[in-house]
Amino acid sequence: MSSEKPLSFQGLILKLHDYWSRQGCVILQPHDVEVGAGTLHPATVLRALGPKPWRAAYVQPSRRPADGRYGENPNRLQHYYQYQVILKPNPDDLQDLYLGSLEAIGLDTRLHDIRFVEDDWENPTVGAWGLGWEVWCDGMEVTQYTYFQQVGGVDVWPVAGELTYGLERLAMYLQGVDHFTDLAFNDPDGPAPMTYGEVFLENERQQSTANFDGYDVATLKRQFEDMEIQVPRLLAMKGPQGQAIVLPAYDHVLKASHLFNLMDARGAIAVAERQSYIGRIRDLTKMCAEAWVANEGGNA
Amino acid sequence: MPQLLLELFSEEIPARMQVQAARDLERMARERLAEQGFLPEAMTAFAGPRRLTLVIEGLPEAQADRTEERKGPRVGSPEKAMEGFLRSTGLTMDQLVDQDGVWFAKIERKGRPTPEIIAEMVEAIVRNFPWPKSMTWGRGTLRWVRPLKRIVCLFDGTVVPISIDGIESGDVTEGHRFMGEAQPFRVKDFDTYRDGLTAHFVVLDVEERKARILDAARTLCFARNLELVEDEGLLNEVAGLAEWPTPVLGDMDPDFLDLPPEVIRTSMRTHQKYFAVRNPATGGLAPHFITVANIQAADGGAAIAAGNAKVLSARLSDARFFWDEDRKLRLEDRLEKLKGVTFHAKLGAMSDRVARITDLARSLAPRVGADPDAAAQAARLAKADLVTGMVGEFPELQGLMGGYYAQAEGLPADVAEAIRDHYKPQGPGDALPAGPVGAALALADKLDSLIGFFGIDEKPTGSRDPYALRRSALGVIRIVLEGGIRLPLRELAGDELVAFFADRLKVLLRDQGRRHDLVDAVFALGDDDLVRIVARVEALDGFLTTEDGANLLAGYKRATNILRAEEKKGAMPSGPAIAMDGAPAAETALVAALAGVEPAVAQALAAEDFVAAMQALSGLRGPVDAFFEQVLVNAEDPAERDNRLRLLSQVRDAMGRVADFSQVTG
Repeated sequence: MSSEKPLSFQGLILKLHDYWSRQGCVILQPHDVEVGAGTLHPATVLRALGPKPWRAAYVQPSRRPADGRYGENPNRLQHYYQYQVILKPNPDDLQDLYLGSLEAIGLDTRLHDIRFVEDDWENPTVGAWGLGWEVWCDGMEVTQYTYFQQVGGVDVWPVAGELTYGLERLAMYLQGVDHFTDLAFNDPDGPAPMTYGEVFLENERQQSTANFDGYDVATLKRQFEDMEIQVPRLLAMKGPQGQAIVLPAYDHVLKASHLFNLMDARGAIAVAERQSYIGRIRDLTKMCAEAWVANEGGNA
Repeated sequence: MPQLLLELFSEEIPARMQVQAARDLERMARERLAEQGFLPEAMTAFAGPRRLTLVIEGLPEAQADRTEERKGPRVGSPEKAMEGFLRSTGLTMDQLVDQDGVWFAKIERKGRPTPEIIAEMVEAIVRNFPWPKSMTWGRGTLRWVRPLKRIVCLFDGTVVPISIDGIESGDVTEGHRFMGEAQPFRVKDFDTYRDGLTAHFVVLDVEERKARILDAARTLCFARNLELVEDEGLLNEVAGLAEWPTPVLGDMDPDFLDLPPEVIRTSMRTHQKYFAVRNPATGGLAPHFITVANIQAADGGAAIAAGNAKVLSARLSDARFFWDEDRKLRLEDRLEKLKGVTFHAKLGAMSDRVARITDLARSLAPRVGADPDAAAQAARLAKADLVTGMVGEFPELQGLMGGYYAQAEGLPADVAEAIRDHYKPQGPGDALPAGPVGAALALADKLDSLIGFFGIDEKPTGSRDPYALRRSALGVIRIVLEGGIRLPLRELAGDELVAFFADRLKVLLRDQGRRHDLVDAVFALGDDDLVRIVARVEALDGFLTTEDGANLLAGYKRATNILRAEEKKGAMPSGPAIAMDGAPAAETALVAALAGVEPAVAQALAAEDFVAAMQALSGLRGPVDAFFEQVLVNAEDPAERDNRLRLLSQVRDAMGRVADFSQVTG
């Protein structure tokens, strides 16, 4: 870290917004449906497909119900933030741009050991995979860096480059704290300093309780099946320009995916059922991906 | 003669693929050049995190001119055939030569300039490189392991122009990402290339990177009176992760030293790629680690050491969490959960496997000198650690953690030890289970998977052995042989598996330098007791190196040749030979010798004293030699002839009880 005061949690987000904004990215806001990872935002999953150039950056709250620890584990949360950047086609100097973002948030690459370690990303629920690395800073994974090759079972071309920063972890590193609750959320020397714990600890406690013990499994199951009805129904419709209704359909795939995660956290998915649920979500995603491509890049 | 320098510069190549990539690069170039009639003096390939490099010494300026002769149709062939031949050769009728009624075309091929051939070669290599996984990027269609950025291609100091999917060859490469001025630089040949890389903080040769890491890591340890825990596999990996590998020593909170050392080492190795460090006084782990950074930092690596220490701390805190949580539950209490763990779709749940292993371990126990109850108890609990947090995180610690947890809950030492050791031996260099209970359990574990997978027809084929059955069989063989354990394999595992064991044993004995034919000679007897088989092979090996043995073998071959020839003609006389009146002395002597040797051999075999059995056989050598010297088997008198054939049959049978000498060569 540089000798300057380390960035607060929101300061980190603002710096990344500023940096990627200067690289021509549209700075989006989070998608308003629960997702398990920033990748699942339609700005990545759908926009990665089709021929049209696209650059976007956004923060995405990510929910992984089974990862909740009632706020007690220093670095595990059921609700956390990912910073997501997507550039299609990936520019030739994407690695340099990425390293520039590390410098921008105060990581001196001549003092810290930055490494690109093989890690081939895949997400079976959305039928997506790509090649790339996990980027290490002094032995800690700070970013997932991927060249998308396929999404929803459809080849990605031109290829999109995707960067996913784990914001809490990165901020903990920059601030030198050992527990997420101790992170300075805003300026610790400002008029109303708040820690991450003050903002989110209660949420972790309540959500963990609901995730593990609260939800009625039969209802979750029924809601999942409802989504399986909505998706094909929407995809069968046509919009005013004759396009397939993909974006609303995809939102319901995301809902199905989250419902699956909730059932999983409740321990309601037997080993033998897991593959079948994942397959069902993948099939829905595939339908959306194909409809998106058929829309000539989504009319977007 | 001119030199070729080729560099394929890309984004970070996975460490595990680099060594093979260098080999493939060299092989592909060699093959391509050979096709063009080039035989370079020397070729060397290098691979590192961001580049594959090939230097070829001793290429000519151009290809030699070549004459190619092609055979065409017969003289007087239909016009169509002639036309086709002329078209394919590019010649006209008057240029063909009539040789004995067949048209021949002599095509002069002018040697092409070498750079032209190099350009084609490089393009073919880049487009067909056998990466285990490859990708496209941007708007390109070329596939490479990660985006390919530059191609340096210099022949005799001049750029060979190549253009592949928008990448133009040149004479410019890049050094280290972060160190030095990090600017691209120009090269002229291999020497300036290599020196330029060094000046720009890149070590080209992986062997040099490895040496650098080892030297520096040992020096760091030495200065603090510590000892590096060397790890070849890890060294190979980290040498592929840094262009300027720089070991940095970091500190670990000593409180973590109460975790099992294997847990600390595994966490360091698999998650963080750190070397562990030992205290030479105690031999135990020291509260430090060595990470191999890619930069030499201005602060001497202080920030890197501190950052890595923090990460390790978080990792080990997780491990401690598992260690503490796992010990709250007894192994016994985890058995229920094994019902939900599938072993194999056709072989049931892990709990089913546990039940099978338990029965097997109990029944095997007396054969290895173990207490059946202890063996059964160990077997019942052996797989319980699969559903612990620690093994979930570090699958490679299976068995070992079970042993620790068994010990922690106060189970008998031999049971805990058996659980710990039951996957052993995992390879030819691995130790065997320490005690008899461990041996019983390890045998049961391996036999169950062999019997199970053979039963559902999942046998190893060629290089495919997904369930590591060859390793299991070899494990059984080593435990049995080194422990002198008598196992009725056929009864336990059936004929097909006995044949599989026989194959593995042959490989093992061959690796130990035993003659292949002797192994065959013993196996041909159909025995399934591995200990006895090996004792026989050893005795046979010893016997055949003696003069008696070698001569008797010759006599045996002569006898069987005669018998075989006679057998072809028809029915053979049966029954024992007798001492006929008026028979030659050598014949009577052999009858007498057999009468003494046969019971002696039988007695020695019954006592499994194969050396004595061989010794008894050697009593036949003199009489057999004399018999062949003095007696004509094919006598006029059928009675005499039959008696002699009976005699030879007896010799063959007596020897055949010890080994199938017909399989022995020489």
